[in-house]
Amino acid sequence: MALHLKLHTQPDVPLEADCISPDRMQSLKNNEISSMTVFHGNRQVKLGDFFDCKGTFDGEITIDGDLSNIKHIGASMSLGKIIIEGSVGLHTGAGMQGGEIIIEGDASDWLAAEMLDGKITVKGNAGHMTGCGYRGSSIGMQGGEIFIHGNVKNETGHVMRRGLIVVGGDSGDFTGVNMIAGTIIVFGTMGIRTGAGMKRGSIISFNEAEILPTFSRNCEYQPTFIRFYAKYLEKNGFLVDPSYANGSFERWSGDSVEINRGEILLSKHKNK
Amino acid sequence: MTAIYINMRLLKLKLAKYFMKIKSTQITDTFAEAFKMHGTRIIITAETKEWAVAAAQSVTGFATSVIGCKCEAGIEAEISPDHSPDQRPGISVLFFAMDSASLGKRLMERIGQCVMTCPSTACYNGVDEGNEIVVGGQLRYFGDGYQSSKKILNKRLWRIPVMDGEFLVDDVFKIKEAVGGGNILIHAKDQNTALKASKAAVNAMRKIPNVILPFPNGVVRSGSKVGSKYKALIASTNDAYCPTLSGLVKNTEIEPGVNSVLEIVIDGLTLKDVEEAMRVGIEAAIKPGVKRISAGNYGGGLGQYQIQLHKLIANGEK
Repeated sequence: MALHLKLHTQPDVPLEADCISPDRMQSLKNNEISSMTVFHGNRQVKLGDFFDCKGTFDGEITIDGDLSNIKHIGASMSLGKIIIEGSVGLHTGAGMQGGEIIIEGDASDWLAAEMLDGKITVKGNAGHMTGCGYRGSSIGMQGGEIFIHGNVKNETGHVMRRGLIVVGGDSGDFTGVNMIAGTIIVFGTMGIRTGAGMKRGSIISFNEAEILPTFSRNCEYQPTFIRFYAKYLEKNGFLVDPSYANGSFERWSGDSVEINRGEILLSKHKNK
Repeated sequence: MTAIYINMRLLKLKLAKYFMKIKSTQITDTFAEAFKMHGTRIIITAETKEWAVAAAQSVTGFATSVIGCKCEAGIEAEISPDHSPDQRPGISVLFFAMDSASLGKRLMERIGQCVMTCPSTACYNGVDEGNEIVVGGQLRYFGDGYQSSKKILNKRLWRIPVMDGEFLVDDVFKIKEAVGGGNILIHAKDQNTALKASKAAVNAMRKIPNVILPFPNGVVRSGSKVGSKYKALIASTNDAYCPTLSGLVKNTEIEPGVNSVLEIVIDGLTLKDVEEAMRVGIEAAIKPGVKRISAGNYGGGLGQYQIQLHKLIANGEK
């Protein structure tokens, strides 16, 4: 049986619970887990003040309850699996180095900020700054994979350096802003100023998008690598219509305010 | 001298009781001497099967024998879009060479010249385990700085801009220990019978995964022996199996009634695959007019593996 945490008391202010991580809990007994320190606002409290703890750690932690006011779950984790049965708060999986987080509900802002490796799946929506770098930081996500089945808000993949972000729904403004490398795939529509300041990397959308004037149109072609990705996305629960994956994409290079080696690929399927 | 040769041939006939016989074909109690090699599989995909086949035929050209071609290669199988890495028609190709470094060089040369040049193709590693050889990571320089890479499923793919779009190629290919030089020899009453029997054998062998038959249509007529009377040559015609020399050479393997011998060479990723291919090949080649099926060896002193024909047949019957 997996280690099972159940929220019994909703915090009044955000609870900073970076101790909810397989790395930190793997060798502890339930009473030790319950007495781990968390910050409730600016007060130090025990995890047990908010969560019931049952079962034993077998590589997996399951968390029940509305966790939208719980921050930093799985932050910097490097192994194991966390399954969040509902929605979750800020900074989930921030700095994650390995392992897997599955969120059955929505995720708040700064999901997987500065993530290094591992995999995060969000069955609902995610907030602003998914897979981004923190303010003042020159590098955001440096590896790993984020799969969001719903929508995301602004600045997804900001200063992203490596890795894959897949958005099943729409993304907000500034998708891939200042992106250094990596791949962002958006099934829905993207907001304005996509790829602003991007150096390298790929932003792929299966819809039309507003392109900044600092991007130049190259051609319409069929990128083989997208078919490769399509197969992988299907394994991760995203249905890719073959007519999209096998169809033509319009390639835009940019951002010319930077080194101009990034690309935005827009599916032309709808125009046929 | 002629009398001596006739006597030897008669002696062989007397030894026929030691031969296994299936229908009218004798299976010689001998072995194929196979060698430890290094092998790999590449998967070529393209927009249509025709282009994938074109690239596969090109990349496997001039690759019949390591003696003269530095590697041995052949088409293993077709891959349907459902099973190919990028959902396009594909062809899997096997390559073999005597060592890993040499095979790596051949991959670089051949993928660069024969696959990258072929319209719409992409090229992927098809082996899970083995030594890693950087191929795409070298070919990428053709992109002159415009190349880019994608990392997915813990592997890196290079996207090299070319005139019809992009050439997608795996960064590294894996090379594993393999087996080369499995073979059977079909001794027939005439050339037509030998061709028919070898075709049947090839068709059966090609259904076995992880093996290739590197010679034209899978069949070789110019079997070789080690050495030559000419010092510069390391190999020369296998005179013992040449019907036109049966009355001339002392060690002829041509018995009365045999006028044509064809050989099928098999390379495989494992010994078991080579053995299975040989077994089904022998069974398929047993036809009226095929007097005998044997195998080529060097007395057991060169190759690491000895594949006994009688044992193969016996195992097949089990």
